[in-house]
Order: sequence, then structure tokens, then C-alpha cells
Amino acid sequence: MTIKVFVPQDSSAISVGADQVAAKIRAKLQTINGIELIRNGSRGLFWLEPMVEVETAEGRVAYGPVTASDVDSLLEQGLLDGAQTHTLSLGLTEEIEFLKKQQRLTFKRAGIIDPTNLDDYKAHGGYKGLERAITMSAQECVDEVKASGLRGRGGAAFPTGIKWQTVLDTPGEKKYIVCNADEGDSGTYADRLQMEADPFGLIEGMTIAAIAVGADKGYIYLREEYPHAHQRLNEAIEKAFDANLLGDDVLGSGHNFDLEVRLGAKSYICGEETALLESLEGKRGEVRAKPPLPAIEGLFGKPTVVNNVLSLSTISIIFEQGAEAYASFGMGRSLGTMPFQLAGNLKRCGLVELAFGVTLNQLLNDFGGGSASDKPLRAVQCGGPLGTYLPESQWDIEMDYEALAGISGVLGHGGVVAFDTTVDMSEQARFSMEFCAEESCGKCTPCRIGATRGVETIDKVRANTDREANLILLTSLCNTMESGSLCAMGGMTPYPVKSALEHFNEDFFLPTVEETSTAEGSLPTAEGSQTIEISIDSIKKAGTSS
Amino acid sequence: MIANTKQQAVLLAIDENKHLEGALLPILHRIQHDLGHIPSEHVIDIAEALNLSRAEVHGVITFYHSFKTEPRGKHVIEVCRAESCQAKGGRAIEAAVKAKLEIDFDQTTDDGEITLEPVYCLGNCACSPAVKIDSQLYGRVTEESVSDLIDSLKAEQH
Repeated sequence: MTIKVFVPQDSSAISVGADQVAAKIRAKLQTINGIELIRNGSRGLFWLEPMVEVETAEGRVAYGPVTASDVDSLLEQGLLDGAQTHTLSLGLTEEIEFLKKQQRLTFKRAGIIDPTNLDDYKAHGGYKGLERAITMSAQECVDEVKASGLRGRGGAAFPTGIKWQTVLDTPGEKKYIVCNADEGDSGTYADRLQMEADPFGLIEGMTIAAIAVGADKGYIYLREEYPHAHQRLNEAIEKAFDANLLGDDVLGSGHNFDLEVRLGAKSYICGEETALLESLEGKRGEVRAKPPLPAIEGLFGKPTVVNNVLSLSTISIIFEQGAEAYASFGMGRSLGTMPFQLAGNLKRCGLVELAFGVTLNQLLNDFGGGSASDKPLRAVQCGGPLGTYLPESQWDIEMDYEALAGISGVLGHGGVVAFDTTVDMSEQARFSMEFCAEESCGKCTPCRIGATRGVETIDKVRANTDREANLILLTSLCNTMESGSLCAMGGMTPYPVKSALEHFNEDFFLPTVEETSTAEGSLPTAEGSQTIEISIDSIKKAGTSS
Repeated sequence: MIANTKQQAVLLAIDENKHLEGALLPILHRIQHDLGHIPSEHVIDIAEALNLSRAEVHGVITFYHSFKTEPRGKHVIEVCRAESCQAKGGRAIEAAVKAKLEIDFDQTTDDGEITLEPVYCLGNCACSPAVKIDSQLYGRVTEESVSDLIDSLKAEQH
């Protein structure tokens, strides 16, 4: 019997040495027959990468984090038999607490299959969804999506079924399916993981979407920063064409669907759907005014479904397992599962797919293991660079779209970035404005000019120049950007800024560099008329004690 | 066909991609890949092939961070400046790399070897802080490990 050894070919795993581990194992095993080395995707347990797995009669066992220099001792201590004596032994993969406690649906195949092996994909439920979809009418397909309760996983959380209905109802000879794979939010990597670990899942979902709304052409708009995903998708697309799962008369259904990957060119704003469409058309990625909705006038003016990688990948699962099964997860209007992505200063960073409703505290502590440094956590940014910073007093929030919106928070694409007490929140607020200035498409004034003025104003506050007046100005500027911008870039940049001001106010009253040299002293308060006796350390600690 | 001159590389990129819907970005990507920048004197070739004005093509080139109007160094180091890397000491890495190379972001060392660029998220947030050197991504880097990587680039050239 062939023994299967798995070493991930995931970007993150490679960034910490997975290729070197694979090369070492390959060299060692050349002389032994009956061993197969498979480059799988990652399971999403990134703090354990590179994580090597071996198939045994009891299931797959894991070792990690493995370096190339560990390979000899692992083999000597019975890696190929799944022996668990080595210090890097993790036991049965499925029993690792971080993974065992999850509810994997969208990511059920991630790290398990050989990503571009079509037989492996089919053996794990792949293409059952498409086979079912081609027996259904277009309206039945759209109804299935509506019944699942799926909302756009890119961040906007718009009901996917409603979007599809609009495209289906809009007459047109030519319609498009566009996948938004421009995952630019810091702290998020679920799209990348999915495309690298299970590319057929996305391809199948897009094919079902095409059949549902009557589209015959699809584009995956992929950020250029993801070369491994690019390669994996192109390989999978080619295999799907060869197997008549793409192209003319897909599976004899009479439907044609052509699919290709297009690369972005390092522009955050192109993750906004209308800017993305402009970019796909070969133009500057400037945001369009809405209406018209892309569902009615989208790519090249044609009716277009624009969905995120996770939404479309989840479609495959919904059609395989049924809308009801999917909708049985979650709470309120947030149904199904959400892939949360733990990042920043946590002991255990990785992908956590769970039904909506898990608390932020559970994610940070039960899964993330708390702070990775010797200092406690202080602030958590949820939902990417346009998301609010949450203080500890809000970490009992249940993670669903409405609950977070209720505290002016953002669930977005599911990114969770944790900071310890070394963070300077006025610096983070400044960065939010700086990032907006860097990435604004420039079309609307509040965003284009506001972001630059925002950086300058925060600099003045930080330099203690007319602090009071500038704080008032900053708040007013935030309100203008929020209500006057054309899209979420300018409209939400104030979220992290305002939350930093509201919850971490003390960081905006730090002394300037010259003052820091005399750390003990009296600092002006917001009113300016009073002074408070306080040390720098106690100011920083104040943020964690509430 | 193998491109021997800039002109040929540009024409090849146009020829291979102009039939595509929204052909401009694929053309620019190809030229950027082959030549390391988009030569301004050939913007007119692209514009004519796609029936666009030079201003439109120039506007697109300058909108996107990926497209460069000038050649960069032999190696490109990208340091992630986004939040997850910040939370893991990314700002110190930035400062250390700048100090070591004695250049700021978007500058190239005097010997033309290394260009330093900021990047906003490499999707490696679970292994922060991250840098990318040419096509290779590195995670969980430290000031020391990045310094060693730079040294190995410099050793390569001698």
C-alpha cells in the first residue's frame, strides 16, 4: 500500500519553509518505494505551518511546525508509520482542538485534498452541486440560494440570492459572472487559502451561478499579490475544460461557460465591485456611481453577478448539501458559517470556520490562545482596514453582521487583527487615513482630499498643536467623509479613526517626543484647562483595564 | 517570437493580448513582466493598438501600483505595512530595512541592485510580519532574518 505524506503548497506555509521541507522529504524518500508526497493546501492552522501529515489506518496524523532540519529525526522516529514520539508530533489532525471545534463547510476540503486533482475533488463531494443544478430550472437555482440565506462574504453582506434574481430578471444576450478575488483587507487570507487549497470549489460555484442567471462568460479578478493562487486556478480551469466541466455544453446541459483569471495590479480600491469592473474593462479602477447596479449594468454594461470567492465557493456546498442544511447554521439574519481569520498578535493564528454567533472573546482566547507577546491584548480590529478597533469591553460581542453593526463595528470579510498594549492608537488612526490617501481612487472629494487632510490633522493632534481645535476638526472631517463619499473606502475610513478616538482616547493625549524624555509629568486633558498627574505607562495601561 | 528590443517586447505583448476583452491590463502586465517597466516612448504603440488616447493609457499606468514608468533595481524588496504586520513589529522591520539599505520606500540603492517598496497586505497575516523579495514570500521575519536575506542578495552580486 502506498503511504501518503502531505506537505502544504500554501503561500503562507511556503513563506515559512514548506518547500524546503518538501524537497528534503522528497530527497530522502527517493530510495523508498510506495511513498507518495502530496502538496496539499493548508488546513489553515498557520501557527503549525509547515505542518506535515501522514496517512495512517486511524486517519491522518500531523507534525509541526517542521523545518527542513527536523526531517531526518522525524523519519528516524517513525514518521512514515505515524509514530507519535517526536517532539513535533501533534496526533491525529482532526483531533487538534483548534480544528476539531470548527464547523467546516466552505473549507471542508481545504488541506485535505490535492488541490488540482479533479478525482480527489469529486471524491470529497465535488461537482455533486453542479450535477444537481443542471437538473433544476434557473429560477429553482436562484430560489435555492435565497433559501440558504447566504449573504455576500466579501464584506457587504448583501443577500446573494437577491443579487442573482436581479441578474436573472434582467434581459440580455450577454451576461457575466465576476468573482471578486481582490482580497486586499489586512488580516484576511481566506480567499487565498480557498483558491490555493480547493480551486475547483470556486470554479464549480461560478459555473452554477452562470447556469442560474444565464451567463456564458466568467472572470476571476485576482489580486496580483497571489501568484500561487493564480497558478493553482489556471491549472484547475484547464482540467475543468478538459473534463467538459467548463466550455461548450457543460456536462451535456446545453449551457456554455467560459472562465478565465485576470490579474489586478495592486490597487486596494479594485476590491470595490464597480472599481473592479472598471479595472476588468481595462480602465483606471475608479468607483462608479450606483445606480445602475452591476446586476443590471455591470461589466461592459451587461448584467453581471459580482460575488466574492467565499460566496461562490459556498454555492458549491449549498447545492451539494441543500439550502436547508446550510441555513441550519448561524443566527438571526446571519445564516450559515463564517470563515474568521485570526491575525496579528495571537499565539494561534489561523482560519476558524464557525456558525455566526461565536463571541470575539472565544475567537481571541479559545482559538487564538490570547496574546503572542508577553503583554496583554488591548485592541482588536475586525473587518479589515476600514473596520473599527474594539476595546476589551466589547469582546463579548457575538460575531454576526447585525450585532457588530449595532456597536458601529464591521464584520466585513471576517478578519480579526489583535494588538497588544504596545500599540499606539493615534498612530493606528493616522495609518487608517494614510492608507486611504494612498489607495483612494480619487473620484470623490471627501475621500481624495479628506484622507490627506485627515493625516495632517492627526499629525497636529499628535504633535500637540492646537490639539482641542484639531480634534474637533478631525471629528467633523470624519463625519463629512462618512456621509459624503461615493463608496466604502472614504465612507468607512472614519470607522477605525473614530473608534480609536472613542475607546482609546488616552493615546491622543500623549506628550510629544520632547516631553517623553520626562515621562512623569502633567499632561493637558481634552479640556486643556485641567491637568492630570499621570505616567506614560499608566496611560497605556488604562486602555486595557476598562 | 523572441523580443530582442523594447519595441519588440511591447509589440509582442500587444499582439498576444489585444483580442481580449479589456485588453489593456493584460498588455501592461506582460510588458511590466518582460521589461520591468512600461517605457513611456511606447505608450503610443499601446494607445494606437487599442484605439485609445495616450492620456488614457498613461492614466491607467499611473493609477496602479504595479506598473512602473522607470526601471527598478535588480531585486525588489516589499515590506508589508498593513495592520496585522504592524501588530507583530512590522514598523521596526520597515525602519531596519530602510536603515540597512540607506534608502526610503520607492527608492533604489545607488548601485541599482535593490528597490524598496511598501505593500499593503500580502495575505500572509497569519504568519506576520511578512516581506517579499522578488517572487519569494517570507513570513515570521525578524530584523535579523531580513538583514540576512539582504546580505545574501548582496553576496549574489559578487
